[in-house]
Amino acid sequence: MIRFTRVRKEYARTGVALADVSFSVAKGEFAFLTGPSGAGKSTILKLIFAEEFPTSGEVKVGNISSATLKGGKVAALRRKLGVVFQDFRLLEDRSVEANVAFALEVTGASRATIAPKVSRLLTQVGLASKSHALPRELSGGEQQRVAIARALVNDPVVILADEPTGNLDERATRGVFQLLRDINATGTAVLMATHNLELVRQSQCRTLEMNRGKLVFDSAEPTSPEGA
Amino acid sequence: MTLAMREALLAFRRSPMLSALSVTTIAFSLFAFGLFGLVAVNISRALTQLEDRVEIRAFLADGTGAEPTAAALGDIAAFPEVAAATLVTPADALARARRELGEFSDVFDANILPASIDIRLKPGFRDPATVTDVARRITTYDFIEDVRFGEEWVRKLNQIRTVATVAGGILGLTFAIVAIIIIGSTIRMAVLARAREIAIMRVVGATDGFIRRPFLIEGALKGALGGFAALVLTWATNALIGRYVFDAAFFDLRVSLTGILAGAFIGLAGSALSVGRHLRHV
Repeated sequence: MIRFTRVRKEYARTGVALADVSFSVAKGEFAFLTGPSGAGKSTILKLIFAEEFPTSGEVKVGNISSATLKGGKVAALRRKLGVVFQDFRLLEDRSVEANVAFALEVTGASRATIAPKVSRLLTQVGLASKSHALPRELSGGEQQRVAIARALVNDPVVILADEPTGNLDERATRGVFQLLRDINATGTAVLMATHNLELVRQSQCRTLEMNRGKLVFDSAEPTSPEGA
Repeated sequence: MTLAMREALLAFRRSPMLSALSVTTIAFSLFAFGLFGLVAVNISRALTQLEDRVEIRAFLADGTGAEPTAAALGDIAAFPEVAAATLVTPADALARARRELGEFSDVFDANILPASIDIRLKPGFRDPATVTDVARRITTYDFIEDVRFGEEWVRKLNQIRTVATVAGGILGLTFAIVAIIIIGSTIRMAVLARAREIAIMRVVGATDGFIRRPFLIEGALKGALGGFAALVLTWATNALIGRYVFDAAFFDLRVSLTGILAGAFIGLAGSALSVGRHLRHV
């Protein structure tokens, strides 16, 4: 479903961020992206949701290729994805409910469909009772749950999570991780970048390890440590 | 569109200070332009009043009969440049001279002033070339003894109007450019203040058109509000001038509405440029 083929990404100022990276993530799979800071984890996620484009090679999400992705198609691609960030990226002046509804409103969904869906998702992430609260009135873990609910609102085929537990304590980390596992169990793929090796070890999920822009380990293909 | 309108209105509520600052900046930029407009309108009115006095006077030879005079009057009145042609008899001329030169009224004798045809020209035909041409055509009547129209005065008046038009055009353009730059910067500030929101909108799949629409509406609303405030400020200034200095002319309804619409348009254009630039660079 997600396929990287010999992807290279260079930035004018900082040089090579990804070098010849190839891997794929199947539908419904849960995979970790690990590695030290600057290894290229966030760049991989940005390439998937088309915030960046590869310098060479191809990124494919479903049947959408980075080579032909332009203009309005970017928005269409992002509606198939759910993105969760370490800093939550919620609209501070809107309620929990409005933050989640917002992601549906931009797609032009009708009010009649928005309200029940938002309500169902807030129940799913355990925040139904706080739907009218503002993000600043919530704990870090709760804010991340709102971000996850927002990411889920368009029924994405994959959730991209960039250090979603990076700002959370251990208890909240476990809660958010379990939520992502539950979502994955319903068939949504999850690609989660993290520094939390303990979480990776305990989960036994597939791990893609990055270092200096290269894929150095893929637990699905343990015999090819220098990448495909 | 309903959502875009709601988002635009919410932007006013969410950042009232920034919105008020934007509207105030737009208002004062357009107020400066409005004051200039007021000066331009009044100079134009003064020049028009002066031009109304442009007149050609064709003196008739003594003993010219009523019939040829009436025929000439009809001909001249039919000239496309002529607004009115009036016969002034010696008695009328005497009465006018006594009226205009009161202190010398006793030196005028009943028979010293000749009859004349006084010709007033339509607006737009009061430039030196047209006035001279009409005067030349009138001299072709053999009973017209002399034609006068204050050639030098007409020429100078035309020069003043030309200078006023050119200076007004340059100043007006400068004021408009300054207003657009200031308004554009203010709106850019509003866009930057919502950069995070724009980034989030993009991540959740909003198209650039969807992101742009509320900003365009917001810009147009701020521009229209600023334009209205500028109109009120200009009107108040005009009223003060009218009360303490002189009776100044104000914009008519059409110009006033155009001013508000111009504010809306500048706000819209400023927003379009600012948001467009922002979306291209993020």
